[in-house]
Amino acid sequence: MPRQSASRRRVSHRHASRRRPSRRRATRRLAADLALLALAAAFALPLAWVLLSAVDPGAGLRVRIPDGLTLDNFRAVLTPGITYTPLLNSLLLCGSGTALTVGCAALAAYPLSRFRSRLNRPFLLTILFATSLPITAIMVPVYALFVRVNLIDTLQGTVFFFAASQLPFAIWLMKNFMDSVPRELEEAAWTDGASAAQSLVRIVLPLMGPGLAVVTVFSFVMMWGNFFVPFMLLLSPDRMPASVSVNDFFGNRGMVAYGQLAAFSVLYSTPVILLYVLVARRLGGGFALGGAVKG
Amino acid sequence: MRRGHPAVRALPLVPALVLLLLFLAGPIAYCVWIAFTDLQLTGQAHSSFTGLANFRRAFQDDAFLNAVWLTLVFTVLSSLIGQNTLGLALAALMKRASKPVRTLTGGVVITAWVLPEVVAGFLLYAFFRREGTLNAVLDWLHLPRQNWLFTLPILAVSFANVWRGTAFSMLVYSAALDEIPAEITEAAEVDGAGGWRRLWHITLPMIRRSIGTNLMLNTLQTLSVFGLIWVMTRGGPGDRSQTLPLFMYEQAFQNSMIGYGTAVALLLLLVGSLFSVVYLRLLRTEV
Repeated sequence: MPRQSASRRRVSHRHASRRRPSRRRATRRLAADLALLALAAAFALPLAWVLLSAVDPGAGLRVRIPDGLTLDNFRAVLTPGITYTPLLNSLLLCGSGTALTVGCAALAAYPLSRFRSRLNRPFLLTILFATSLPITAIMVPVYALFVRVNLIDTLQGTVFFFAASQLPFAIWLMKNFMDSVPRELEEAAWTDGASAAQSLVRIVLPLMGPGLAVVTVFSFVMMWGNFFVPFMLLLSPDRMPASVSVNDFFGNRGMVAYGQLAAFSVLYSTPVILLYVLVARRLGGGFALGGAVKG
Repeated sequence: MRRGHPAVRALPLVPALVLLLLFLAGPIAYCVWIAFTDLQLTGQAHSSFTGLANFRRAFQDDAFLNAVWLTLVFTVLSSLIGQNTLGLALAALMKRASKPVRTLTGGVVITAWVLPEVVAGFLLYAFFRREGTLNAVLDWLHLPRQNWLFTLPILAVSFANVWRGTAFSMLVYSAALDEIPAEITEAAEVDGAGGWRRLWHITLPMIRRSIGTNLMLNTLQTLSVFGLIWVMTRGGPGDRSQTLPLFMYEQAFQNSMIGYGTAVALLLLLVGSLFSVVYLRLLRTEV
């Protein structure tokens, strides 16, 4: 909160000084606007392709205004085989993975945030170190290991790995959010005889609701978009999440129906974009990653 | 505040620790072990310890050296130069721009970032294909067209990574620029310092910590890009966009040499750890 008021003060200061060199500032703003619009257009071109092709009856590879609007592409992909099963698999995989991550992270963050211990600092540094390891690198040994312990091509194995790979960052974020919940409220509950577990569930977690939402959404979005992990650890086509099954549009079906590919991409991307928008206020600006960036 | 025995207080850490040890530390330890063996995918009951053979082989393997080189090109082009510079430019421009433009640009750039990896791959595949959007734009501008994914595949995937990853730098730098007190830049302006001088002597030194951490995180993220390149080029044509993660995958699965593939993975992990340690040091010296 103090941060917000500081930035507000800065804004009002800027307003005061804006009156004087206003013309120069207006030119500068126009230049910045034009430059940004050009950049935004460059970024938007690939996005425009997916949106326009999804409703274009004769979609090809380039951005173009559709001859007519159609929902046929959506109708064609809205079948159990192409859309429903993969999306359901994604939901199952990422839902369980997220639940596991958030549950474990909340529990782990509690002692780290509430009790002093000599081990806290080395533990948190290890966590921060693990946060930035390239997980891609260990997918081959994880595959070999999963074959040995019979976890290959199982939902639970993939969920466990998903959760473990997301945990370091989730614990780090969760601990930072938990630190901002004042201890006094908890101490009052303790004098009334509440246990640590009760105070975590009844007091701390409800008070850090927005933080909890950020960790949940962030973990879910990361898993939803992840391609390499399910690509390596799952083998049966009927267990594939959308991130992998979307590949079939290219490989096995011969001629690529670009309109359908675009329609599927829209269906598959929409949930995470909506979720992101939902927590963007908390994520945006400094972004919760500021937690990682600022230490 | 003393509540219970220290061992009891640490109990909530157990589920997370078990998961981390079994599914993260475990595979890393296993990685270190099989990198020194000749483990293969099929037709072999036992693998044997082969010492440094995998590593010796890697450094004599032209395909490996090619992958190292391409990884370097990919990282420098897309992360160090592309994402970093463009992210800073976007953040700086946004500070001056009007609110609707700021919101619009931010929305577009961040959407590219939130999009699932494979979808981003498809979008840029369509963008760079011979009959794709980029060539249409070039035609319209009367510029020569190219079959980008064939002639300059590593450049195409680097641009793809810039498109997808710049939002992160933009957010980091927006936050950093907001922390600079307006008084300082205004004082410099009054003293007659031009835009570039202010950037060089005031802005950059003041956000150097963010630059350091951002470069670190960008590099780490870029080192582990797999899906984007896989969807766009599969590492091809030939091996002209085969970075280390794709090389590792090919050795382990197409050539079924898990031991060799893992040795490559271990090298990648070591490079990553090195960056990670530098990142921790950056945080520690400045916090």
